[in-house]
Amino acid sequence: MSPWAGRTMPGCFSMTRRFGRWLVGLPPTLFLLLFFVAPSLIMIVASFRLAGEYGGLAPLVEHGRWQLTLETYRFFFSDFIYVEIFIRSFSVALATTLICVLLAYPLAWLIARSPKKHQDLMVLLAVLPFASNFLIRVYAWMIILGPQAAVARALNSLLAMFGFEPVTLLFSPFAVLVGMVYVHLPFMILPLYTNLARHDPALLDAAQDLGANAWQRFWEVTWPLSLPGIYAGSVLVFIPVLGMFAIPDILGGTGDILIGNVIKEQFLGTRDWPFGATLSLMLTLAVLACAGLAAWLARRGVGRHA
Amino acid sequence: MALLELRKLTRRFGDFSAVDNVSLSIESGEFVTLLGPSGCGKTTILRMIAGFDLPDVGQILLDGSNIADIPPEKRPLHTVFQSYALFPHMTVADNVAFPLRMAHFDKAAIAAKVHEALESVYLSDRARAYPHELSGGRKQRVALARSLVNRPRLLLLDEPLAALDAKLREEMQHELIDLQREIGITFIFVTHAQDEALALSHRVAVMNRGRIEQYDEPSKIYGFPRNRFVADFIGNTNLLEVAVTEATPTHLRLAAAGLGDIVSPPREGTRAGQKGWFSVRPEQVRIGGHLDGELENHYSGKVRSFIYVGDVTTYTVELADGTAIEALLSNSAPGRARFFEVGDDVAVGWPHDAGVFLHD
Ligand SMILES: Nc1ncnc2c1ncn2[C@@H]1O[C@H](COP(=O)(O)OP(=O)(O)O)[C@@H](O)[C@H]1O
Ligand SMILES: [Mg+2]
Repeated sequence: MSPWAGRTMPGCFSMTRRFGRWLVGLPPTLFLLLFFVAPSLIMIVASFRLAGEYGGLAPLVEHGRWQLTLETYRFFFSDFIYVEIFIRSFSVALATTLICVLLAYPLAWLIARSPKKHQDLMVLLAVLPFASNFLIRVYAWMIILGPQAAVARALNSLLAMFGFEPVTLLFSPFAVLVGMVYVHLPFMILPLYTNLARHDPALLDAAQDLGANAWQRFWEVTWPLSLPGIYAGSVLVFIPVLGMFAIPDILGGTGDILIGNVIKEQFLGTRDWPFGATLSLMLTLAVLACAGLAAWLARRGVGRHA
Repeated sequence: MALLELRKLTRRFGDFSAVDNVSLSIESGEFVTLLGPSGCGKTTILRMIAGFDLPDVGQILLDGSNIADIPPEKRPLHTVFQSYALFPHMTVADNVAFPLRMAHFDKAAIAAKVHEALESVYLSDRARAYPHELSGGRKQRVALARSLVNRPRLLLLDEPLAALDAKLREEMQHELIDLQREIGITFIFVTHAQDEALALSHRVAVMNRGRIEQYDEPSKIYGFPRNRFVADFIGNTNLLEVAVTEATPTHLRLAAAGLGDIVSPPREGTRAGQKGWFSVRPEQVRIGGHLDGELENHYSGKVRSFIYVGDVTTYTVELADGTAIEALLSNSAPGRARFFEVGDDVAVGWPHDAGVFLHD
């Protein structure tokens, strides 16, 4: 064997390895370029273009001149209604996320504390609603919350007993919130359960041994250690809720439209694509800002537990 | 009055008694070790003392009063867990401050006590580190400081050194001895390593299958094992099956199959005709080309094998009837790493006051 063999081998090896790494990284990179970067660029360009006469977009170059304008942005900021809808959408997303945390936490905790052999079944039950069609599940709430259903009748007779006016549950912000929470709850349960199931039970024993009562054990140990799970679940709930239009469409009243509905309307209704593009860009920016904030918060919290 | 007294503790899991009628008394300031093979019930005893588990039968008395109704968080004792169980989201200082915060000490007192506790385990400079940034030995010290900072009456340590490598373990053994002596808190230490138990403790409780076989000082445990299990579990020993042929106040005469007579020290309650075991430690056995007549017990044989470990060499000598006797020879003479070769004709023997007769 040549005395140099030993020297060249590692070089070859590291080169194949670099190539291998590059090869493995290629598909995700392509995927991102194709399905995230390119559409975003198209949207950015579209937001500066003019609407076509019958929907779609006007030609980019006409009579030798670029047809670009800041009109959509001027329009967005000139009418307070859009900012208002943004604020409402973010409020609904925030409320949904908070309610999901409150509902999912005890459930996830219960599952994580159950005997190991039952946990898989319980998780399965928690995500089982996904087995049926999304629209069917939302329409089901239309029936449950409808004026003739038991819930509304019981509530209204109770209100009447105390001399209050009857209320309508359906086609209200309340119904939208119920639908949002119902649909997104599993996205909070799963990461929370995964987090809680990983906690070392010896930590709770240690806390108790060192003088912590049940509440202190929760607030001092379980809660801080579960924050990464809450952050993960919040991202999974908050962002989809922001873009959701089907639930407000079905369960909300005319005043309950969210930004998702407005965007959908621009593309499918009024056919003002440039303005639709502007709205979605604004939404994307807002979501990125939120994700950045969440990541920053999570890193502050998680860095310590890594 | 004893600080802690276990009275006839029994803990069953189904039909199986993990702890079986255990009685133990521990004085204030003592370093007591529960020693026994894995699964013999050591952890179960600690968990009952700490309050995480309750005995099916028996009582645990602290300062003379039963603590059965006191929940773990109210018992004036702490546990050092084998996994250390440090809170990963808290700094070293916050970990150590934890029991003080739970006891509602004020901020200034907490800071002072935490500082002092970290000082005592040489970790003042790591106060702001997180547990995952520390080595195993340092995590161990944080766990110790956290458990000692509010001065419990009793510290329970469940195999705290098992996860450390040999060198570090020895270092921590010395630190534990010093720490315990300095602060004077009573330690109950659990281990399955007999050398660790002998090195650390004032008294050792040797356990087997949920029972305590012997509770005594290390030198008594090693020198005067009460039965075959203890003799065998602690250190190395030669065990010979014997029958008592003569029992007097000054000596016993034992008949070992194929070996002939053995003269051994007397033992109370021994009668001629009894059967049992004779145990003699390798370092009590002398080995030589020929042994002069001063040894009451001597036998000839051949060197079958030897193990050289540096400071000493252990020879296994096969006697005429096939019985193997281990003899230990110190290598302190320079250049004399071994004295005998495999196959050499040698004699082994021990004086009449060496070894013990064991009933069972
Ligand atoms: N919760 C339990 N349920 C059933 N068996 C147990 C339980 N805890 C301990 N045991 C059994 O009791 C015996 C003693 O356990 P343990 O006290 O942990 O032993 P050690 O600490 O001496 O290794 C073991 O055989 C173990 O399997
Ligand atoms: Mg154990």
